[in-house]
Amino acid sequence: MEQKVKEPRFHIVKRADIRSREAWTIRIIAILAALALCALITMVCTGDNPISIFATIFKGAFGTQRKTWITLQYVAILLIISLALTPAFKMQFWNVGGEGQVLIGGLAAAACMITLSDKLPNGVIIILMIVTSLLAGAVWGVIPALFKALWNTNETLSTLMMNYIATQLVAYFTIVWEVPKGSGKIGIINQNTNIGWLPSIGNKYLLSIIAAAVVTIGMFIYLKYTKHGYEIEVVGESQNTARYVGISVEKVIIRTMLLSGAICGLAGLLLVGGINHTITTTISDGQGFTGVMVSWLAKFNPVAMIFTSLLIIFMDRGASEISTAFELNQSFADILTGIILFFIIGCEFFIRYKIVVRKDLGKENA
Amino acid sequence: MENKEVAISLRGITKTFGDVTANSNVNLDVYKGEILSLLGENGSGKTTLMNMLAGIYYPDAGQIIINGKEAVIRSPKDAFDLGIGMVHQHFKLIDVFNATENIILGLEGRLNIKEAEKRIREICDKYGFEINTNKKIYDMSVSEKQTVEIVKVLYRGADILILDEPTAVLTPQETEKLFNVMRNMKKDGKSIVIITHKLNEVQSISDRVAVLRHGEFIDDMKTSKTNAQEMTDMMVGHSVSLNIDRPEPVDPKPRIVVENLTVVDEEGIVKLDDVSFTANTGEILGIAGISGCGQKELLRAIAGLENIKDGKITYVHQDGRTEDLLGKSPREISDLGVKLSFVPEDRLGMGLVGNMNLADNMMLRSYRSGKSRFFTEKKEPRKLAERVVNKLQVATPSIDTPVRLLSGGNVQKILVGREISSRPKVLLTAYAVRGLDISSSYQIYDLINKQKERGAAVLFVGEDLDVLVELCDRILVLCGGKVTGIVDGRNTDKFTLGSMMTQKGEAS
Repeated sequence: MEQKVKEPRFHIVKRADIRSREAWTIRIIAILAALALCALITMVCTGDNPISIFATIFKGAFGTQRKTWITLQYVAILLIISLALTPAFKMQFWNVGGEGQVLIGGLAAAACMITLSDKLPNGVIIILMIVTSLLAGAVWGVIPALFKALWNTNETLSTLMMNYIATQLVAYFTIVWEVPKGSGKIGIINQNTNIGWLPSIGNKYLLSIIAAAVVTIGMFIYLKYTKHGYEIEVVGESQNTARYVGISVEKVIIRTMLLSGAICGLAGLLLVGGINHTITTTISDGQGFTGVMVSWLAKFNPVAMIFTSLLIIFMDRGASEISTAFELNQSFADILTGIILFFIIGCEFFIRYKIVVRKDLGKENA
Repeated sequence: MENKEVAISLRGITKTFGDVTANSNVNLDVYKGEILSLLGENGSGKTTLMNMLAGIYYPDAGQIIINGKEAVIRSPKDAFDLGIGMVHQHFKLIDVFNATENIILGLEGRLNIKEAEKRIREICDKYGFEINTNKKIYDMSVSEKQTVEIVKVLYRGADILILDEPTAVLTPQETEKLFNVMRNMKKDGKSIVIITHKLNEVQSISDRVAVLRHGEFIDDMKTSKTNAQEMTDMMVGHSVSLNIDRPEPVDPKPRIVVENLTVVDEEGIVKLDDVSFTANTGEILGIAGISGCGQKELLRAIAGLENIKDGKITYVHQDGRTEDLLGKSPREISDLGVKLSFVPEDRLGMGLVGNMNLADNMMLRSYRSGKSRFFTEKKEPRKLAERVVNKLQVATPSIDTPVRLLSGGNVQKILVGREISSRPKVLLTAYAVRGLDISSSYQIYDLINKQKERGAAVLFVGEDLDVLVELCDRILVLCGGKVTGIVDGRNTDKFTLGSMMTQKGEAS
């Protein structure tokens, strides 16, 4: 062609399908790029060399045996919350109320520990804690589900609002139960008697880890091999199809949210009864939301969630180690976490699309 | 060719989506003042090719030459600037705006509704459109919406019009009107490319035919020098028979009796109004009507998916016992032992789950059975999937492929295959061949005929009147939710049906 025509240098094309190996290569590149950028920023701020920065990140998560256990425990809790949200998300029920369901489960456990400590034997109290916290979480989950099933209200709003109610309830009971009066916090519950403290297996971290393992396996089987799991998938993909084959969509929504809420309640129980032995409004630390990301990144696969939750906790703990080791404040850790998450989530774009550069560029003028 | 000016010239156009090649090295010319039919089976790349002219896609390779100059079309705006306008299969109109507002939407310059209306009027008078510029889109019929789309394109000064399956949603009368307008536009020197499946329309409207197959350009020829059989063979790549069988019904007995059925939707609009009929065993009862006249609701009501206000639906067993189906859910109906299969219009949104694989889709109907109360049984559905794939020649990499990745015809084979695998007594089908290519369509007709011969009562909701007249034993016509008549399929023609579809007359 004689004429010179302006052609776009590149254009974006949707990928039809991608092999999982390719997808993981893209994800790993994204993580490496995130780490490189973090190192660069830290270098500019502290003047240290990047190798020591990476070493610090690793040290933050796995530096000592204790740190490794704590990291694993954090992973366990985040994993349980993510697994709890997964059936709801798979059903396309946007449960962003994990935070509230965890809190209310924790509050139920704390209530048993505080109010029953001198009335019932320890074993009975622990059983009651388990029952009430699962139940409380389930109730917190099922209220938005009922609204959705009966009146088709927007579950994103209602689950979110349930979070605030849970937070306010915890704030209220913090004042009721505060020790000492006027301190504005509950402090360690039953510090001398250890009543209502969940028994530690091996060491104090292992209980949550075992619970997470059990929930992971259970959820994997539930979603993949049971009739309930199949119904959840059909309802999530298309409510019309579900009705067409005679599935009661309302029943599935309610049943699934009972389960989702109950597992969040379990996370609350572990946080209050097993780990912290107290309750504050921030005890779930945003993990009800982080869990959404863990679940999505793993494409709702419970086994893959082990890795995504580990990745996020590892990055998070590494980032806060950097900020302490180089004497920067907590905001710096937040910046680094933000960068890392941006890359991890952003790379999904390149998994879904590819950029095609026109090959015949330059030849045109020849 | 003759001494004609070339309006569009496509040279070596190639477009791929991932591993799928939609167009491969296509060369195609469109002349000024002609109507070109672009023919091809589903997935042969007709729409993709035209979308590159309209600025929706950008070709991976090749050149587009418009009026002798190489053009780069990166957006619909570029296309309009070059005088190219496309009317898509799915209308792109804003429901709450009226016709004028939709037509001038997105144009630059000062807003002057009066001036715009005057110009729209001129365009309509020139080509013979009928349009009410103040009518809101949501009040319009499909044919009116289409008119707005075409006027919108002309208003922007298009000389080259691309119409993607414009007649799929029209009655024969409306189609004839559209064709008259198209002839007027042609006289005015405009070039028109029409994508269609219907060969009789190709013959009545177009000057030239171009055939695509598997993304490649096969041939073009003058319409007057070819015939339906030749065009079909070129599209399919081998010879196909164009006759639909219609075996005589054997011993028809009432199976589904519907009496005075009235259905009102959530917004209080009457969808079915006092509908009564009987569907017999061993017979295909066709249901004709303009889209949205209650066909969908009728099938849904029988399948237990509709809130019924009034009326009676009775199922008659082989031995004469009857069951009342009214107010029963699909599950309750199947628990009664009523073997009812339903091939809904919305294949991937209702009949199947697009993201699930073939085997899991087979399980939709059967997952409740199986030994365990809690766990699903996957072996049987897998076997069924294998059987359907082999028997109906479904083109799929494996039974573990998500159905959304299959082409329309294969998706439909999976759905129909599953629904007839239970050996139904009643088979409800809605637009069973919509969007299917010729060979898949004939395969579906065969499957439906086999069910009829087995003694099933078949309800066949269709839109192609030629097919209804050839396939069905009796045809029920709906208009605005009312039955306007039940006619014998052997003694009717499509024009009778067409007029029954548009008049709210009494049963004849």
